[in-house]
Amino acid sequence: MEEPMSASLEALSQIKHIFLILSGKGGVGKSSVTTQAALALCNLGYKVGVLDIDLTGPSLPRMFGLEGQSILQSQQGWIPVPIPVPDDIKGTLKVISLGFLLDDRGNSVVWRGPKKASMIKQFISSVAWGELDYLLIDTPPGTGDEHISIAEQLRWSNPDGAIIVTTPQSVATADVKKEINFCRKVELDILGIVENMSGFICPHCAECTDIFSSGGGSKLAETYSVPYLGAIPIDPRFVELIENQSTAGELLVRSYHESSIFSVFKEILNKLLEQQKPPRF
Amino acid sequence: MTGTDIEQVLPPAYELKEPEPEHCPGPESENAGKGNACTGCANQSVCESLPKGPDPDIPAIVENLSNIKHKILVLSGKGGVGKSTFTTLLSWALSTDEDLQVGAMDLDICGPSLPHMLGCSDETVHESSTGWTPVYVADNLATISIQFMLPEDDSAIIWRGSKKNSLIKKFLKDVDWDQLDYLIVDTPPGTSDEHISISKYMKESGIDGALVVTTPQEVALLDVRKEIDFCRKAGIRVLGLVENMSGFVCPNCKGESQIFKPTTGGGKALCEELGIRFLGSVPLDPRIGRSSDQGESFLDTHPDSPASTAVLEVVEALRDEVGDF
Repeated sequence: MEEPMSASLEALSQIKHIFLILSGKGGVGKSSVTTQAALALCNLGYKVGVLDIDLTGPSLPRMFGLEGQSILQSQQGWIPVPIPVPDDIKGTLKVISLGFLLDDRGNSVVWRGPKKASMIKQFISSVAWGELDYLLIDTPPGTGDEHISIAEQLRWSNPDGAIIVTTPQSVATADVKKEINFCRKVELDILGIVENMSGFICPHCAECTDIFSSGGGSKLAETYSVPYLGAIPIDPRFVELIENQSTAGELLVRSYHESSIFSVFKEILNKLLEQQKPPRF
Repeated sequence: MTGTDIEQVLPPAYELKEPEPEHCPGPESENAGKGNACTGCANQSVCESLPKGPDPDIPAIVENLSNIKHKILVLSGKGGVGKSTFTTLLSWALSTDEDLQVGAMDLDICGPSLPHMLGCSDETVHESSTGWTPVYVADNLATISIQFMLPEDDSAIIWRGSKKNSLIKKFLKDVDWDQLDYLIVDTPPGTSDEHISISKYMKESGIDGALVVTTPQEVALLDVRKEIDFCRKAGIRVLGLVENMSGFVCPNCKGESQIFKPTTGGGKALCEELGIRFLGSVPLDPRIGRSSDQGESFLDTHPDSPASTAVLEVVEALRDEVGDF
C-alpha cells in the first residue's frame, strides 16, 4: 500500500484532530471514555464526530441514546447521526456506528477479517463528516483485523494519536502493554493513559474500595514513559445518566455538563488539550 | 445485512468478481473452474484455487479431541465481563475433584489472560513427537495459550483473522491433552474469526455447549444478545448464562450497592426473554481480582466468600446441564 488513499484523505480533509481510543483489554471503558470525551468536548463548544469501529459489539448508539436511528445517504456520502444539543451550546456531536445499520439490536454480526476491513475502509472513506474539530475513533479490544485496518487507513491521514484506556489490575495492564507495543509498531503516537474504574466510593459510608486494585495506570505510564492523564473512579451515576437519558427530559449533553462526573473528566481532557497538538491542516 | 445464515458465513471467505454464469458447477464442486461454463468466466481462477471438499484437518482434530468427554465454550459478546476469570474459577473448581482431568484452552490471541490468572505465565510449551504438551498447573489441570509462545511478556500479536485461524487449528489438532473429562475454551469478545473457526473446527467432534457470561448493565447485555444470536446461527447449545459482578458488598459497612446497575432486569430478565437457563449470579468481590492478579485459586484462598459459594453453585448447575452426574 504505497499510494496514499485519496478517498480517505478527501473524507477526512476538514477534520482538525483525530484521536483513537484504544485498549488491549475488553470492558475497561473505551466506549465510556469515548462518550465522556465527546460530551465534554461538545460542551466546550467544539464540533465533534465519533466513529465506532467495534463492529461485532457496537455500544455507542446505546451510550448516546440513539438506538433505532439510521444513517442516511447523500451525494457526499453517509450522513452521520446527529445528537441533539441545547441551543446555547456551540458544539455539535455526530456519530457513525455499525449499530445504526442493523435491523434488530439483537442481531449478531458474524464477520471474518476481510469483511470487517472493507467496512472500516468504507467508514473512513465515505462518511460526510463535514467540518470537525475532533474525530474520536472508538475501537474493539485487541490488536486484530480492525486495528490493522484502521492503522492502514489512517496511515497517510496524520492522526494525532491514541488515548489508551486501562483498568488498574495487572491482568488488564498485561493486555494493555501489548496495545502500547502495537502503537509503537504502527508509529501511532500515544497521547496518554487513562485509568478507568479506579476505586469505588461506597454510597452508604463513603469508604473508597479499590475493586480492581489501583495505581496500575500510572505505573504503566511510567514504565513505558508515556503521559498519564488521570484516573476515573467507578461511578454508578454515569451508568444511570446513560440509562435514564430517555426519561430524564433533558438532553444528554446538558445533563452531563451538570453532573459531577464532568469535572473529573475535564481535568483529564485538559491534560490532553494542553499537549496542543497542531491541527492536521 | 446481518441475516446471513451460518452456512453462508462459515465456508472460507472468497469473493467472486462477477455473477455466476449459467451452468456454473458451483465453487465448492470438484469441477469448479474446469467445467464448460467456466471457460472465459472471470471467476475461473478464483474457483480453481479454492480448496475442494471438506477441510482435510477436521478428521485430525476429531481424532485429537476424541478422548475429551465434555467440551464447553465460555463466551460473551462483551469484553471484560469475566470470561477468563470464570474459565479459571471453573477450571479450579472442577480440578478439586481428583478424579477429573481438566484442560483450559485460551483462544484469546490478542489478549491472553489465562496463564496470568492460573499463575503460570512464565512457562513454555514443549513440543514432542505427540504434539504440543500443555502446561500443567496441577496434576489434573492443563492449559494452553499463545502467551507461552511469546518471546516477551508484552509482545503484541498483530494478526489478521486468517493467521489466527491457523493457530486455533494447531491448538485443536496438535495439543496432546491425553484423556480429559472437561475442556474449557476461553474466547475473546465478539463474534468474529476466532468464534467462527472454533465452532467450525469443533463441530464434528461435538461441543457440549456454551456458557455465556455477562455483567448486569444493559450496555453489556446488548452485546451478549448478539453472542446468543451467534450461538443459534452456529448451532451451539447455550448451556446457560452467568451474571458476573452483580452487586458489591462494601467491606467497610457491609452495605450493598449495584455498581453495574441492571436497569433492564439484568441477566435473569434476558434469560427469561430468550428462554435460556439462568445459572446464577456471582457478586463482585475485590479479592477475586487480587487472586487473579496473583494467579491463585480464589476458591482455595477464600472458601468462605459469598462469591465462592455462588461460583460453586454455578459449576454444579453446569455439570448437571452437560449430564455429568
